[in-house]
Amino acid sequence: MDEEDTRDFNERCAQCSEVNWGLTDGGGFYCRSCHNVIERTREVVNTDFITNSRVQTISKGSKKQEKNEGGCEWYVCEGFQLVLKKQVEALEALGVHPQMKDEILCNFWRCYLQKSKQAYCKRPAAEAVKALSVCESSTDVDSDPERPSLLDLLSLSESEGDLQTDCSFASSVSKVSESTSVCSGSVDGSLYLMKNQKEKLRMTMPMTLSFCYMALLWMREPITLSEFLRFVVEGHIPYLNVFQHFPEKMKLCGLDLKIFCVESWPVYEEVFNKMHELAAFLDLPRFPDITESCFLHPDMLCMKYLMEANLPDELHNWTCRVVKKIGIGEVDFLTLTPGNKSTGKVKYDVLAAAVIVVVLKLLFLLDDHYEWLLSEFAEERNKNNTEGGPYFEFKRWYEVVKHSLDVKQKKLDEERAKYLWRCEKPLFYSINKKSKVLKRRQMVVNLQNQFGKLSGSVQRAKKPNPSSFQLSWSEENTDGSCFHGHSLKGVLQEKRGFLTPMNPDYWLCTVKLCSERLCGHLAHYREVEFPQTYHFVLGLFSFLLRIQPSCIHEEVCMIEHKLFNKKLYKKLKYNTVLRK
Amino acid sequence: MDSLLEEEDEEVPAVVGKRRKRRRRRSPSAQAALQPPLCLPFLPQLPVSSNEHKLNFTKSKEVCLRYIQDALLQKQWKRAAEFLTCYVEALEKDYSREHIGPSEMIWRIGTEILWHHSQSSMKEFSCFMEQMKTLGVKRYLKVCLEHVFHLLCNGQIDEAYQNLSLAESWRFGEQTAIQDKEMKLIQAYRGLLDYHNWSKQKNILLENGEDGFSDLAVEQEMHGYFRKAAVNLKEIIKIPGVWDVFVKCYVDLLEFYGDHNEAHQVLNEYAYNSKFPANPNAHVYLYQFLKRQGESKKSLISALKILHDIVPSHELMIDFNTMLQKSKKRKKRRLGLEVIFTALDYAGWKENAKAWSCLARQMKQIVISEKHLDWIKQEWNSRKDWWPAFHFSRYLAKRNWQENKNLSYEKALVAGILLGKDCKYFKYVSHQGCKAQLKRFRMLKKFVNRHNLVYLRISGPPDSSVQP
Repeated sequence: MDEEDTRDFNERCAQCSEVNWGLTDGGGFYCRSCHNVIERTREVVNTDFITNSRVQTISKGSKKQEKNEGGCEWYVCEGFQLVLKKQVEALEALGVHPQMKDEILCNFWRCYLQKSKQAYCKRPAAEAVKALSVCESSTDVDSDPERPSLLDLLSLSESEGDLQTDCSFASSVSKVSESTSVCSGSVDGSLYLMKNQKEKLRMTMPMTLSFCYMALLWMREPITLSEFLRFVVEGHIPYLNVFQHFPEKMKLCGLDLKIFCVESWPVYEEVFNKMHELAAFLDLPRFPDITESCFLHPDMLCMKYLMEANLPDELHNWTCRVVKKIGIGEVDFLTLTPGNKSTGKVKYDVLAAAVIVVVLKLLFLLDDHYEWLLSEFAEERNKNNTEGGPYFEFKRWYEVVKHSLDVKQKKLDEERAKYLWRCEKPLFYSINKKSKVLKRRQMVVNLQNQFGKLSGSVQRAKKPNPSSFQLSWSEENTDGSCFHGHSLKGVLQEKRGFLTPMNPDYWLCTVKLCSERLCGHLAHYREVEFPQTYHFVLGLFSFLLRIQPSCIHEEVCMIEHKLFNKKLYKKLKYNTVLRK
Repeated sequence: MDSLLEEEDEEVPAVVGKRRKRRRRRSPSAQAALQPPLCLPFLPQLPVSSNEHKLNFTKSKEVCLRYIQDALLQKQWKRAAEFLTCYVEALEKDYSREHIGPSEMIWRIGTEILWHHSQSSMKEFSCFMEQMKTLGVKRYLKVCLEHVFHLLCNGQIDEAYQNLSLAESWRFGEQTAIQDKEMKLIQAYRGLLDYHNWSKQKNILLENGEDGFSDLAVEQEMHGYFRKAAVNLKEIIKIPGVWDVFVKCYVDLLEFYGDHNEAHQVLNEYAYNSKFPANPNAHVYLYQFLKRQGESKKSLISALKILHDIVPSHELMIDFNTMLQKSKKRKKRRLGLEVIFTALDYAGWKENAKAWSCLARQMKQIVISEKHLDWIKQEWNSRKDWWPAFHFSRYLAKRNWQENKNLSYEKALVAGILLGKDCKYFKYVSHQGCKAQLKRFRMLKKFVNRHNLVYLRISGPPDSSVQP
C-alpha cells in the first residue's frame, strides 16, 4: 500500500539522502531510514487529486511542520469545524437522525464559510490576510456561487462518510507568512480576533451550539434548546475543553485560547439570538413547518411539561384551548423564517411552560389565597367521597413537588460547585509559560488525589444517562405522589353544557408591556411583587428549563396580553375616556 | 530549591496591564487642565439578564469555597475534602493579587482538613506542606513555620529543627521587610529548639553530677547549644512584639550562666519599653525574676503596680495585697485594700478563699483599729448596689457553706461588716456555724454584733467627720 503511494516520489531525504519513503498514519511522508517527516510536494497532490480519495489524507501532509514544536499549520475555522464535528457526532449518538451531520449541518457550515469569505469564494479572507497568495492554480473557482468547485473537492472526502475535519480548504488555498502566526498556534488566530467582523458574524464557541440548534430545528428533532443546553452542561455534548479532542499537531496557544477555551456555560438567550442572526446571515429559506405533530408544537411540549411538573393530564385540554385561542399553535407563528422581522422568534420550550402557567392562573388564580381555598374544598370532598378519581388538591401537589424540587435543586447546586472545569490537556498562553503551567497542573492533580482519598466518596459517579425528564412521577407509586390522574372537577363548573372554571377572576402580571426594543424585555420580574405561589410555579419551570424565572415571566405576560387583548384594549380606552 | 519558586504574580494577563496604564495616563492630564472636566464615577456593572444561570469558572469556584467553609464550620472534614478536591482547580487560574487568593485558601483549608481528618497522617501532611511551599515566594516562610508548628505538636522535634534550618538557608531575591521579620521568627524558633536541647543536656549533667562525675563532652555540647540559642533569641526580642516564650528561655539561659545584669536588662526592656505592646506577662516575668533575686519590696511592688493597672484580676494580686498590707505606709495599705476589692469584682475570684481571707483580714484590722473606715466606705460606695447580689445572696451562702466552710467564714465576716448582722449571707452562715457548734463562727457572730454600727457608717451618706 505504502509502496504504491510512495513509488513515484524519488527525491532524496534531506537528512540522510536515502530514498526510502513511507507513509505515516496521517498520510504524511517520512523517511524510513532516519524517520525524518517531510512536507509533501504539490505535484503529487495534483496527480493523485482527482482520481484517488486518498488525496485528502495525503494533503494533510502538506501542512507545514513547524520547526520546534512539531505542530502543523491550521486555521481557526478548521478548529471550529472539528468542534462542530464532535458535537454533531455526540448528537448522533443521542439518537439524532444521521442525515443531520452530513447534509444539514455540513451544508450550513459550508454556507457559513462561503458567506464569511473564508472558503469557497474568490478571495478568501483577502482583506485581512495580507501576505497570501490567493487561489492559485489548483483552485479553479467557479463563478457560480451556489456550487463552487471546492465543494466537489470536499465531497470526495465525504465518501468516507465524515465531515472531514482534517482537510483544510483554507490552508490549501492560502499560505500565510509565518510572521502572522507568532502569538497563536493557529495561522489566523490573531487576525481572527483583531478583525472587525461586524458584518461577518464571527464564529465563537457559543456559536457552535447555535449551529447545532439550527440544524436540530431544521430537522425538527424532538429536542428543545433548553434541553440541548442541559445536555451540553451535563457533558453529553462536547463543549467545554473540546480542544482536547484536537489532533496532537494542532497546537493551541496565545490567542487561540481566547477563541477555543471556554470558561462559562452557554446562556440560553445568547445561543438563541445567535442562531437567529446566523440563519439570517446565511440567507436560509423558511424552515420546515412546525405542525401539530411536531415535538416543538406547544400542545406537545405542554403535555411533556405537564407530566414533568406532576400536574393533572386534564390540564392539557386547557393548554390546548389557550394555544388555539391566541393562535400560537399556527404553523406560520411557529415556523422560523430567517430575516423576517415581522414574525417573532419562538422559544418553544419557554412558550409551552408559560402556557401552563397561564392555565394555572386561569383555574387557580395563584394569588396565595384562592388556590388554597380550592384545595381545602377538594380535600373535604376527597375525604368524604372515594368514588371516582380523586380531586386535584393544590396543597398536596405543592408539598410533593416542593420537596422533590428542593432535593433536586440542592443536588444540582452541589454538582455545580463541584464541577471540574479543567481537562488533562493543559493550555498555555506561550511557550515560556509551558513549564509553569505543567507544574501547576501536576500539583492540582496531586492535590486532587490527596484530598480525593480523604473525601470518602468513592470515585466520582459516572455521568448519568441523558434523559429528557428531570423529575419523574409514576402512577404505579402507591404513595399517591403522582397527580397525573387527578380530576379537575373541584375547580370547574358546568355552564350551559360547557365546563368553565369556577374562578371568575384573573390578575395580569403587567398591564402594559415594555418595548423590547427600548429596554430589551417585554416585562420585568421582581419576586417580592408577586404572589408566592406564582413564584413557586415559575421556579419549578425555571428549574426544568434551566433559565431565569424572569424569562418565563416575560413569556407569561406576552401570552396574557394576547389572551386579554380585546378586554384590555377596551378597558384602557374606557379609562382614558373617564380621565378626560 | 530557589528555581522551584517563582513569583506567582507575574501571570497577569497583558490586557489588564494595558488598561491600567491607560487610566493612569489619563488622570494627570485631567489634573493639569485649569478647569478639570467633570469625572463621572464608575457605575456598577449592568446586571446580565440570566446572571444566575450563567455559571462560569470563577463563580463556580467561589460557590465551591462557600461549601467548603460550611463543611469546615460543621467539622465535616470528609465533605470539606470532597469539595476541596474540586476547588484546587482554582490554582490554575490564580492570577489574583488579592491578599488571600486561591493558593492561600488551599494552603489554609488543606492544612485544617489534613490536621483534623481521621484518615490523614503526618507523612501526608508534610507532603502537602512541601507542595504548598513551592506555591509562592511570599508565603514560603510562613508555610515553613506552620509546618514546623505541626511537627512540634506531633513531637517530631528533629524534623522540625531540620525544617527550620532549611528555611533559614533559603534566599529569594531581595528580602522585603516582612520577609526579614519572618526570617527572624524562623531563627528564633530554631533558637528555641536549641534551648530545648540545651536544657536536655543540662538535665543529663545535673543527674550525672549527683552521681559524682561529670562529662566534659556533654558539657561542651551544652555550651554550644547555649551559644546558638542565645544569639537567635537575643535577636528576636529586640524587635517590638510579644515574645514571652523566647524571653523566658533567654532569661533562663542567662541566669544559668550567672549573667543577672543582662537578664535584668532584658526583662526591664521587655516590660517597660513603650514600643512593645502592653503585655502583662512581661511584668510577671520581671516580678518573678526580682523575687528570685531577692530584690527589695519596693521594686517588687512597683513591678506589680503596673500589672495591677493592666490586669487587675491577675492571680499575683494576692501577693501584691499581702505585701501592701504589711507595709508601714498608709498609702500602700490603702492601695492594698483597693487591689483586693478590685480583684473580687471579677467572677473568676468569686470562690477564692484566699482572696476573701485577705480582704477579711484587712477589714477586720480597720474595724478594730477604727481608723480609716472611710477607705472601706469609699470602696463600698461603688459596689454596694451590686455586690450583695453578686457575692452575698442566700443561694451563694448555702452553696459556699456546703462546698467550702473556710470561704463562707471569710465571706460572712466581710458581709457582716459591710451589710450588718441582718444580711442574708451573714445570717445564714453564722446560723449554720452556730448550729454546727463551731467556735470561730460564734466568735464571728460576736464580732459582728459588737461592730454592727460600722455598717451604718459605711453605708451611710458621705460623712465629713470621717474624712481623713
